[in-house]
Amino acid sequence: MTATVSRGRKLDAETAGRLRGFLRQMMLIRHFEERVGEAYSLGLIGGFCHLYIGQEAVAIGTIPALRDDDYVISAYREHGHALARGVPPRSVMAELFGKATGSSHGKGGSMHIFDAGRHFLGGHGIVGSHIALAAGHAFASKYRGQDSITLCFFGEAAVNIGAFHETLNMAGLWKLPVVFVCENNFYGMGTALHRASAVENLHQRAASYGMPGEAVDGQDVVAVREAMDRAAARARADGTPTLLEIRTYRYVGHSMSDAVHGTYRTKEEVEEHKRRDPIRLLAELLKERGGLEETEVDEMEAAVKAEVQDAWDFAESSPDPDPSALFTDVYAPEA
Amino acid sequence: MAVLTYRDALNQALREEMQRDDRVFLMGEEVAEYNGAYKVSRGLLDEFGPRRVVDTPIAELGFAGIGVGAAMVGLRPVIEMMTWNFALLAIDQIVNSAAKMRYMSGGQVGVPIVFRGPGGAALQLAAQHSQAFESWYAHIPGLKVVAPATPADAKGLLKSAIRDEDPVVFVEGEMLYNLKGEVPEDGDLLVPIGRADVKRAGGDLTLVCHSKSVAVALKAAEQLAADGVQAEVLDLRSIRPLDQAALLASVAKTHRCVVVEEGWAFAGVGAQVVDTIQREIFDELDAPVLRVTQADVPMPYNKHLEKAAKADPAKVVAAARRVLYLE
Repeated sequence: MTATVSRGRKLDAETAGRLRGFLRQMMLIRHFEERVGEAYSLGLIGGFCHLYIGQEAVAIGTIPALRDDDYVISAYREHGHALARGVPPRSVMAELFGKATGSSHGKGGSMHIFDAGRHFLGGHGIVGSHIALAAGHAFASKYRGQDSITLCFFGEAAVNIGAFHETLNMAGLWKLPVVFVCENNFYGMGTALHRASAVENLHQRAASYGMPGEAVDGQDVVAVREAMDRAAARARADGTPTLLEIRTYRYVGHSMSDAVHGTYRTKEEVEEHKRRDPIRLLAELLKERGGLEETEVDEMEAAVKAEVQDAWDFAESSPDPDPSALFTDVYAPEA
Repeated sequence: MAVLTYRDALNQALREEMQRDDRVFLMGEEVAEYNGAYKVSRGLLDEFGPRRVVDTPIAELGFAGIGVGAAMVGLRPVIEMMTWNFALLAIDQIVNSAAKMRYMSGGQVGVPIVFRGPGGAALQLAAQHSQAFESWYAHIPGLKVVAPATPADAKGLLKSAIRDEDPVVFVEGEMLYNLKGEVPEDGDLLVPIGRADVKRAGGDLTLVCHSKSVAVALKAAEQLAADGVQAEVLDLRSIRPLDQAALLASVAKTHRCVVVEEGWAFAGVGAQVVDTIQREIFDELDAPVLRVTQADVPMPYNKHLEKAAKADPAKVVAAARRVLYLE
């Protein structure tokens, strides 16, 4: 899709159709997360909860480029990644509500969304730790002689932890087919990137691990997809991993207990970033060059709202796990 | 039966399981070209090649996590820790990833992995290289913890651990690698996880032990026998799951018990053993249960101080005489 989008011409029908799909998916994630915030304030969701609002183009620019036999693994801001991988909104919402019908049967919650059938392998709550797991999935692909790849998401704060360094070194050394996606939203909780990392162009760190690195505009879903296609092709061809630093911004606080602005960033800064909203940018592109009508946007909006409402209703009406579930899944059942 | 060292029994278990199942691979520092820091993996690179016997950089956290990630998608990794002291760098992956994956995924994703290597003190290795961590891992639901004392148990338990569907912490005895013993040659002979073993039968008191402390308890039992006291030596073999039935059966018979372990006393394996006994068969006890452990200090280097810090047969005999009210 790259060439046709990069120039100022009218989009071909296939590209325009695909981008319409992206727009709808990004709108779904946005609306889903807005309703999650609402459910949290109503006390229907507990624990820690980290919203993805503002970063939607990263998930949608990357995950749909994968095959079914590829693997996806993420950290704790992963609702959007799960939805992008095709985990049903009902299943994700029910997990957030802690219900038996949730993706992890109510045992994982917001930070531990799993869908093994879709090769969505969590949902991990310790910063950076799952980066090593991603390399393990890729190691297994290579061990079996398969050309499946692994897509691993983490925030920019994770690049300063040992697991990141140790894993990327081995991934580079052994050519493990991982696309490492660093979603750089410029704040690790309340600590700005420039206060935490000696090198602010994080993709440059790839040089230390013998792998390509690239900085990408994370608010432009087309740019994200193009970078992802390049990285995925390298990984699939000969296992070469890539570090993608995808620069984005979260419109909301780190978690539900964190204010949008005030302590570590200003209202003006947040508003400035919202001017480059990934959903609006894509809608504008499609209107200018893809024949998208405002009425279609309205229809999409209504459809995703209905889908999320359905997920909410499903979650709310689902049963809690049976009390006996407390003691299952600690160990494998006796053979 | 063949007579093998503990080291070669482990090697045989690895070889047999790798021959049996292509999903099994060995990864760790110096496991391939160097043949293992303690030579447990001798010859495996030659037989199975670098795809299945993988040397790593010194990066415990990273390669432990790679092992867990590979196990999540169906491989059967055996991750060698050069010693359990170094596994402290990897404990996040063992505890936060391996142990909890099945539960927090609602049963979707299991982690069939073995973390293995030597634990406990050797000789004059000082504070950072002389630690027994069994109780740390046994604390965690989702992990299994085994610590064999003999070559036969080492082979049989390692084979069971590799075939297990859940993460197993496999603690070898650093001072046991040269220990010789009879080992069954049957490649399918497994020692079940969670089953203790009576290493010496007796009716006067029970010495509960595991790993290297089994040899200490057996020596103490010999010395006690010279005084006409018959000690039963119960080797736990598995710390988690604990073989409660075997433990209670022995103590219900002898009515007296001393727990011997290499680790520190506070919140140690023995604390769990004592809890189990007093809770389940309080009325059977004729004396308080005593414990012989490492002194509550980091391990000193000086050999006399080190000896004073360690559990030894004399300390076990003294504790035994106290529970028998002989002194």
